[in-house]
Amino acid sequence: MAVEAVRQDITEELGRTDNKVDLPSMSELASYVADQDTESGSEADSPTVGDYTAADPVMTVRDCNVFYGDTHALIDVNLDIGRNEVVALIGPSGCGKSTFIRCLNRMNDTIDIARVTGDLRLYGDDINARKTDVVLLRARVGMVFQKPNPFPKSVYENVAYGPRLHGLASNRAELDEIVQTSLERAGLWDEVKDRLEEPGTGLSGGQQQRLCIARTIAVSPEVILMDEPCSALDPIATARIEDLIDELSQNYAIAIVTHSMQQAARVSQRTAYFHLGRVIEVDTTDKVFTNPGHKLTEDYVTGRFG
Amino acid sequence: MTSASSSSQDDVLSKVRASLDRRYKRERRFRLYGAASAILGLAFVAILFASIFSNGYTAFWQTHVQLDIYFDPDIIDPDGQRDPQALSGANYTKLVRNAMAELFPGVSGRRDRRALNGLVSSGAAYELRRMVLEDPAVVGSKRTLWLAADDEVDMLMKGYIDRNVPQSSRRIKDNQIGWIDELVGQDRVRQQFNRGFFTSGDSREPELAGIGGATKGSMYMLIVTFLLSFPLGIAAAVYLEEFAPRNRWVDLIEVNINNLAAVPSIVFGLLGLAVFINFFGLPRSAPVVGGLVLTLMTLPTIIIASRAAITAVPPSVREAALGVGASHMQMVFHHVVPLAMPGMLTGAIIGMARALGESAPLLMIGMIAFIVEVPGTPFDPATALPVQVYLWADSPERAFVERTSAAIMVLLAFLLVMNAAAIWLRKKFERRW
Ligand SMILES: Nc1ncnc2c1ncn2[C@@H]1O[C@H](COP(=O)(O)OP(=O)(O)OP(=O)(O)O)[C@@H](O)[C@H]1O
Ligand SMILES: [Mg+2]
Repeated sequence: MAVEAVRQDITEELGRTDNKVDLPSMSELASYVADQDTESGSEADSPTVGDYTAADPVMTVRDCNVFYGDTHALIDVNLDIGRNEVVALIGPSGCGKSTFIRCLNRMNDTIDIARVTGDLRLYGDDINARKTDVVLLRARVGMVFQKPNPFPKSVYENVAYGPRLHGLASNRAELDEIVQTSLERAGLWDEVKDRLEEPGTGLSGGQQQRLCIARTIAVSPEVILMDEPCSALDPIATARIEDLIDELSQNYAIAIVTHSMQQAARVSQRTAYFHLGRVIEVDTTDKVFTNPGHKLTEDYVTGRFG
Repeated sequence: MTSASSSSQDDVLSKVRASLDRRYKRERRFRLYGAASAILGLAFVAILFASIFSNGYTAFWQTHVQLDIYFDPDIIDPDGQRDPQALSGANYTKLVRNAMAELFPGVSGRRDRRALNGLVSSGAAYELRRMVLEDPAVVGSKRTLWLAADDEVDMLMKGYIDRNVPQSSRRIKDNQIGWIDELVGQDRVRQQFNRGFFTSGDSREPELAGIGGATKGSMYMLIVTFLLSFPLGIAAAVYLEEFAPRNRWVDLIEVNINNLAAVPSIVFGLLGLAVFINFFGLPRSAPVVGGLVLTLMTLPTIIIASRAAITAVPPSVREAALGVGASHMQMVFHHVVPLAMPGMLTGAIIGMARALGESAPLLMIGMIAFIVEVPGTPFDPATALPVQVYLWADSPERAFVERTSAAIMVLLAFLLVMNAAAIWLRKKFERRW
């Protein structure tokens, strides 16, 4: 690995959080590169430790690469998401977790400089193909974003918007029903049932996040992508969302990005560890947390890194 | 150890204090400058308003003279047929003259009689004719009526004419002043609210001239401008921001829209003359052409403001909409456009306000003509308020001075209303995100 490349990686990682941090000197970098090269000697040959396939895959991703302009944000990523399965995506900040799940519903289309290559499939349908209908894809693959982003409309309208778009309810009563069950499942109903007409943006941060979850499940997608859905929630709301994830996994495939190792351990069956744009290790959650196969994974899950 | 750390702590504190002092001073200074410039600006506005108001408020009242008019059937309708043709063609000025002669029997000689009759506006005859045509039954009766006085009388009554100036350098003569004083003594002179100022068109006689025609012309023009420029501007902005491919052509269009916004307005007038009048053969002096020209002028402003409003919609809202499966079009029209609407409306209203105050391009398309008729449709010849101001400011009669200021007041009132509407709309539609 070249010194420049590492410097570049570090720049990116630092660039995300704080632009003013001084970069390490070249000599420091050189020693770091030496370390990395020995540590990740196997990285280049066998890219991912563990088994990235799922027995009954809903989504399959092979050789996925993402570029933001010249930045290579995802490198040769392989990963399956199985039916009725929760996959946790963990890794240090800026390693490409969000980038990865945004590929799965073509959300990266909205970023002009983003370029996605590779073979991504939902039940065998090519996600990345030019002729793929992204509207249909996004109805099938729902997403909860990292930052809560309710519409500046009423709570009711927030949840009803998706079902109305797709014509899921034939009358007002059905729509009310969908809104109520979605809010209940997101654990928000009791708090908002008397203020359905108030703007969704007037809720607290945690409530907004649950509103976004309700909005996503209201269209009954086949796959649900969650980007740190609990980062703004208190332990009680978090527990409720984790219950919801459990419940949803009976019917749906779920990918969840989280910075909480405990949460990953609680909700997921499999865990993928991302590092600098690569999937370092994928395995059952048990295995990743108790007996990781890669030095980097071990460092991360034991808290020595990131 | 502790003392060392606490002394360094003190050191830091004292440094912070020293710098705090400086920072607060700078802040106070800045606030002072800000307040000073705001006050200066306000002062200029106040001076402007005060001078216009003090010059113009008298125009809303008009001096009237009370006359006992005998609707003499021999003059109005010698045939006794009550034929409308004959009624409307009759010599009503004679009725006024007779009434004046009755009031001042001692006045004789052509010159003096003419001077006496000059005290009443020539519009009085039109007023009498209107009464007769409305109700022919008045013929033969005697009525006591308040009729508009001549503009010079009006000026004298409003105190704009100095009686001590030698007779030769004022337009109202000593004998006329004597008669007026006599009329005042008989309580036959008073000020009335000047309704005609708001309803009539232009006239050579100041006491008959009004802004009705110009206001209506301006209104037609603004309606045409709004109907064309608002939808076009928004459609262009939405297309350029949301749908247009990013390439050299679109860049070129963008640059040119920005350039258009900076083109002097008279150039648009020339363009309008060449294209709308000479090429498409639209009528001269018509508000519809003015509206088209002002549309050209307003479009870039609306497009630029609308695009800024669209870009200000946070990307998270777009992602949210796309994330639940909205198509690009649905995302734009369900979320982006409603959120950008306040900004677009503000841009449009500011553009319209500029258009309302514009006169240069209208000169080129003939809207500076002297037009007495109040326009009935956007295709009739008309002037606009700012042009009317210009025309009156150019007239020699003293009475037009106050009318100019009054017209400016009406124009300013329109602008204030429009700007208030912009603020109100923004407040009404403004949403937090
Ligand atoms: N819109 C973008 N334009 C350019 N580079 C981007 C963009 N989004 C992400 N990146 C880069 O891609 C890399 C991966 O970013 P990503 O958001 O996927 O990280 P992440 O793993 O989700 O981090 P976090 O845990 O902090 O959310 C980073 O280096 C980031 O700088
Ligand atoms: Mg992220």
